[in-house]
Amino acid sequence: MREEILRILERNSRIGIDELAIRIGADEVAVANEIKAMEEEGIICGYHTMIDWEKTTIETVSALIEVSVTPQRGQGFDSIAERIYNYPEVQAVYLMSSGYDLLVNMEGKTLKEVASFVSDKLSTLDSVVGTATHFVLRKYKDHGTILAKKKTDEREKFVL
Amino acid sequence: MRDPLSATTVALKPSGIRKFFDVVNEMPDAISLGVGEPDFDTPWHIREEGIFSLEKGRTFYTSNSGLMELRKEIDAYLSRRFNVSYDPKSEMLITVGGSEAIDMAFRAMINPGEGEEIIIPQPSYVSYEPCAILAGAKPVIIDLKAENDFRLTADELKAAITDKTKILVLPFPNNPTGAVMEKEDLEAIVPILVENDIYVLSDEIYAELTYTDRGHVTIASMPGMRERTILINGFSKAYAMTGWRLGYACGPSNIIAQMTKIHQYAIMCAPTTSQYAAIEALRNGDDDVAEMRDAYNQRRRYLINTFKKMGLPCFEPFGAFYIFPCIKEFGLSSDEFATRLLMEEKVAVVPGTAFGDSGEGFLRISYAYSMEALKEALGRIEPFVNRLRENKQ
Repeated sequence: MREEILRILERNSRIGIDELAIRIGADEVAVANEIKAMEEEGIICGYHTMIDWEKTTIETVSALIEVSVTPQRGQGFDSIAERIYNYPEVQAVYLMSSGYDLLVNMEGKTLKEVASFVSDKLSTLDSVVGTATHFVLRKYKDHGTILAKKKTDEREKFVL
Repeated sequence: MRDPLSATTVALKPSGIRKFFDVVNEMPDAISLGVGEPDFDTPWHIREEGIFSLEKGRTFYTSNSGLMELRKEIDAYLSRRFNVSYDPKSEMLITVGGSEAIDMAFRAMINPGEGEEIIIPQPSYVSYEPCAILAGAKPVIIDLKAENDFRLTADELKAAITDKTKILVLPFPNNPTGAVMEKEDLEAIVPILVENDIYVLSDEIYAELTYTDRGHVTIASMPGMRERTILINGFSKAYAMTGWRLGYACGPSNIIAQMTKIHQYAIMCAPTTSQYAAIEALRNGDDDVAEMRDAYNQRRRYLINTFKKMGLPCFEPFGAFYIFPCIKEFGLSSDEFATRLLMEEKVAVVPGTAFGDSGEGFLRISYAYSMEALKEALGRIEPFVNRLRENKQ
């Protein structure tokens, strides 16, 4: 049941428990309990909204920053990752398998804001030995959702 | 001038709801639940193989029977999913959709004008009866019953058999009712078929869209049936590939050989691009099929539940992507109900009578639509139903 619930919630976190229960053919109370348990276990970490900021008048700049670091004895990459992910403007931090160590996804209001974050905050951390910043020019698809305009149903109205 | 037309063709019933369709097409803001094809696009990796085959210049004819590589994959697929195996060399024909396979099978098997009978259970897909007539057979209709969940029973079959009966059409999972024939249901009719030496045209185009725990069972896998069954399947429903026009027939080599002969003269071969795409579908498409089946199943549960809340009787369909609710309580014909629903709430559904007289009193509602579209449509059907009930009192 868990996988079915998660697959649906991942696409639509606003679905009602009643509809969710009907769709997977389970009992409402059981579904509610399962969701609560998964929230407590940290499997469900939040309910966010997919926003295409480009369609708003609000300016945002998104960057992917490759960061090379010197791992610290006894702590590996965890403590440097924590120092980076604590910045609220950092959206995501991943430990990578090759080329560089951490991939940081950062959102800022302006190009300048991102640039100064990298030069003032990120590069100056003791264990950071190098960075490479890539600015995102356009998001075509994010979180499994295509951000282009919505598809219309072009099928014939009747097919027997 | 002489009459240029064939009397047989002219006498074929035109699709009864053509008029109704024309009205719908003039209402651009109508929501339709009338489409009998998947709302999903063909999975991208399959489309990509089609594109790749074009880039490679694979724009030639294939052999009449279809690409050998594809036929081998079909054998592997049928063995893996439904526990039947066919020789790709002699027991298989790739066709232009499942529809062509139906036509070819009847034409290869029927001696025109000799009164040979084809039993067709209805409600069912609209092609069987005209194809039977065009092949020179006499169609014998079995009216399936709601109280049997629209399954074919042994008694109904026995009552329809004469010494002229040659073929039984077995259209399950069923369009338009969503009914399935489970293993036990098939076991009940198999001895009758064997005893009366009847061949079966088993149209299993919706096989992958079966929502029972055990899944679809093909009659060809049952003892004594492989040698008397023409199994028809295709890519349209399972892989959301309707527009690619690709299906296949499997069966005894003597029948397939004659079908291939007609196919060779009438069609030449199924579209090459589609055949290359289909190889990819069979090799790497199992997950896509499962994902779409899950999505349909969720919508199916949602619709059954909503109709139950509205108080409209509807048996639980375990196949295809249709539900078939009963509207007899309102005293309207299916056609009248559908027309009023269209006029008053702008929701288009298909009257059950489009699929045979026994569809009277029922509607075919397709759930090959997004949840949002379904919710919008059901939100319009409910007040309509309530209004009809109030007016009746």
